Amino acid sequence: MSELTELPVTVAGTARRPLTAVLRSRSGLAGIILTGLLLVVAILSLTGVLPYDATAQDPVHRLAAPSASHWFGTDQFGRDVFARVAAGVANSSLIAVVAVTFATTVGTAGGLIGGFFRRLPDALISGLTNILFAFPPLLLALSLASVFTRTWFTVAVAIAVVYVPIFVRVTRGPVLSLREVEFVRAATSTGESRIAVMLRHVLPNLTSILVVQIALSLSWAVLTEASLSFLGLGTPPPAPSLGSMIFESRTLVSIAPWTMAAPGVVVVLLVVGLNLLGDGLRDVLDPRNRGTR
Amino acid sequence: MVRQLLHHSVVRRGTQMVVTLFGVAVFVFIMLRAIPGNQITAGLGTEAAALTPAQRAALESYYGLDKPLLTQFFGWLGNVCTGNLGVSSRSQQSVLDMTMHSLPVTIELAILSIVLGLVIGVPLGMLSASKPESPRDAIGQTVGLAGLSIPAFLLATALLSVLAQVWGYNPNGRVFAPITQDVLLNLQQMMLPAFVLGFGIAAPIMRTTRTAVLDVRSEDFVRTARAKGVPVRRLYVRHILGNALVPIVTMTGLQFGYLLGGAVVVEQVFSIPGIGRQVLLGIQQKEYAVVQSTVLVIAVAFVLVNLLTDVLYRVIDPRVRAS
Repeated sequence: MSELTELPVTVAGTARRPLTAVLRSRSGLAGIILTGLLLVVAILSLTGVLPYDATAQDPVHRLAAPSASHWFGTDQFGRDVFARVAAGVANSSLIAVVAVTFATTVGTAGGLIGGFFRRLPDALISGLTNILFAFPPLLLALSLASVFTRTWFTVAVAIAVVYVPIFVRVTRGPVLSLREVEFVRAATSTGESRIAVMLRHVLPNLTSILVVQIALSLSWAVLTEASLSFLGLGTPPPAPSLGSMIFESRTLVSIAPWTMAAPGVVVVLLVVGLNLLGDGLRDVLDPRNRGTR
Repeated sequence: MVRQLLHHSVVRRGTQMVVTLFGVAVFVFIMLRAIPGNQITAGLGTEAAALTPAQRAALESYYGLDKPLLTQFFGWLGNVCTGNLGVSSRSQQSVLDMTMHSLPVTIELAILSIVLGLVIGVPLGMLSASKPESPRDAIGQTVGLAGLSIPAFLLATALLSVLAQVWGYNPNGRVFAPITQDVLLNLQQMMLPAFVLGFGIAAPIMRTTRTAVLDVRSEDFVRTARAKGVPVRRLYVRHILGNALVPIVTMTGLQFGYLLGGAVVVEQVFSIPGIGRQVLLGIQQKEYAVVQSTVLVIAVAFVLVNLLTDVLYRVIDPRVRAS
C-alpha cells in the first residue's frame, strides 16, 4: 500500500487549472516567456519575413560588427548572424519536438504495455530498455546519427531512440501501481477490453508525469542536437544550426566575438527556458515535490 | 544455500548485467551492419566500384562478410572476449592497444571531473538548503541552472578560444602529456576539460544535495542533536551530510554516463586523446571496426560503474544492507 500513497494518481485533483498555476510559479512564468519569445523568432524565420536570408552570402560585408542593419553582425561569409540564429532555433526546435514526440509515443506505449500486461511483454520491453540504458546518452545518439544518411529527420530519430527508454521507465512504475487501483480493477471487471482500460483509465492518470518529462526532455533534445551538430553529425550544411555555428566561430573569437556569442547565448536561453518550464510544471503537477521547495 | 545466493541482489544484478551486455553486443553489431556499405566500401571508398567480382569475393571472405550473420556475430563476440578487438585499417594498430592508451586518459578525466563536480556541487547544495528561498538559495539555484543549461561544447570552446586567443594560454596546443610522463603539464592540460565536465555534473549534484539536506534536516535526530547543543558546522557535516550521502553518491554514479558522453565533446575540443575521441575519429574516418569495439568497451565500462554505484550505496547505507 505504501507504494500507492506515493503515487501521483491524484493528477486531476492536484491542480484544477495547471496553466494558471504554472503562470503563477516564478520559474514557470520565466520559462514560458523565454521559450515563447524564441519560438516567435523561429516562426518569423520560417515565414521569411526577416530582412535577411540565413544562407545568403555577402562577401563585401563579412565579419561586420553588430549594427542597426545587422543586429547580431555578420559571419565570415557575410551572412546575417541574426537570421542564422533564428533559423537555427527553428531547426533545433523542429528536431527536438519531433524527437520528443516520437520518444513519448513509443516510450509511453512501451511503459503501458509492459506495466499492464507484465510477463513476457514486460520482460522484453524491460530488457530492451536496459540495453539502451547501457549506452551513455550522447554516445548512443552519436553512433546512431553516424549510421544513418544524415537529414534533419534521421538526427531527430537518433535523439528519439535515446529518450524512448526514459519514457518507458517513468511510465511503467505508475502503471504497475495503477493497475491495482480500485477504479482500474472495476473497469476491468465490467468487461471493458484491456486496451480500452489502458487508454481511458490508466493513460489519463499519467498526464502529469508525462508533461513534466516532455518539457525536460525537450531541453535535453535541444542540447543533444546542438552537441551533434557541433561535432559535425547534426543537421547537414548549409542549413544553419546553433551547434555548427559555434564550431565555425571558434577561430574568430578574437576578431568577431559576436559570431560565437550570439548562437551561444541563444542556445543557453532556449535550454534555460525549457528547463525553467519543466521545473515550474514539476512544482505544480508532481505531488512528490510539494514541500521540498 | 544456492537458492539464497541466487536471491542475493548482487548476484541477481550480476546476471541481469550479463544479459544486458549480451544485448548491447547484439545492438552494436546490428547497428554497424545497418550502415550503408560495408567494411570494403568504407575502407576503399570510391575505389570499391573498380573491384572485380573475384576481388570483391576475396575481400568478403577476408572480412568474413560471406558467412551467415550469426556466424559473423559469434565470431566477432568470441574475438572480443579473447581480447581481439580488431585492427584499425588506417594506422594498423590493434583496437585493444589503442584502448589501453585512451581509456586511462578518460578515466583520469572522469575522476578529476567528479572531484570538481563534488567540490562545486555539494557545498553549493548545502548553502542553498541552509536557508531555502533566501538570496543564497537563489545564487545556488542559478549556478545549478547554468550548469544544466550551458552545453559542454559551448563552455569548452569559449574557454579555450578566449584563453588561447586573448591571453595566449593554451597548454592543450602542446603534444598531450600522459600523467606518467609529465604530471605538471598533464594536469594543466586536464584542468579545463575537467572543469567543463565538472561544472556540468555539479548541477544535478547540487540539486540532489539540496533536496537531501532539506529532507534530512526535518528529521527528529537532527532536532535532538540541535537541542543537545551540537555546533552548527558539526551538525551539518556529521549529522546531516552523513545521512544525505546516499542520494548524493547515487546521483554522482549516475552522472558517469554524462561524463563518458561529454568526454567525446570535451576531448575533441581540447585534443585529449581519450576514448571519446577514439570513437569520434573512428566515425569520421569510417573505421567501423574501431567504432564497434570502442562503443562496446564504453558500454561495458558504463554498466560496471552502475553496478559499482549500486554496491557502494549498499555499503554506505546500513538500512539497505540490512534488508
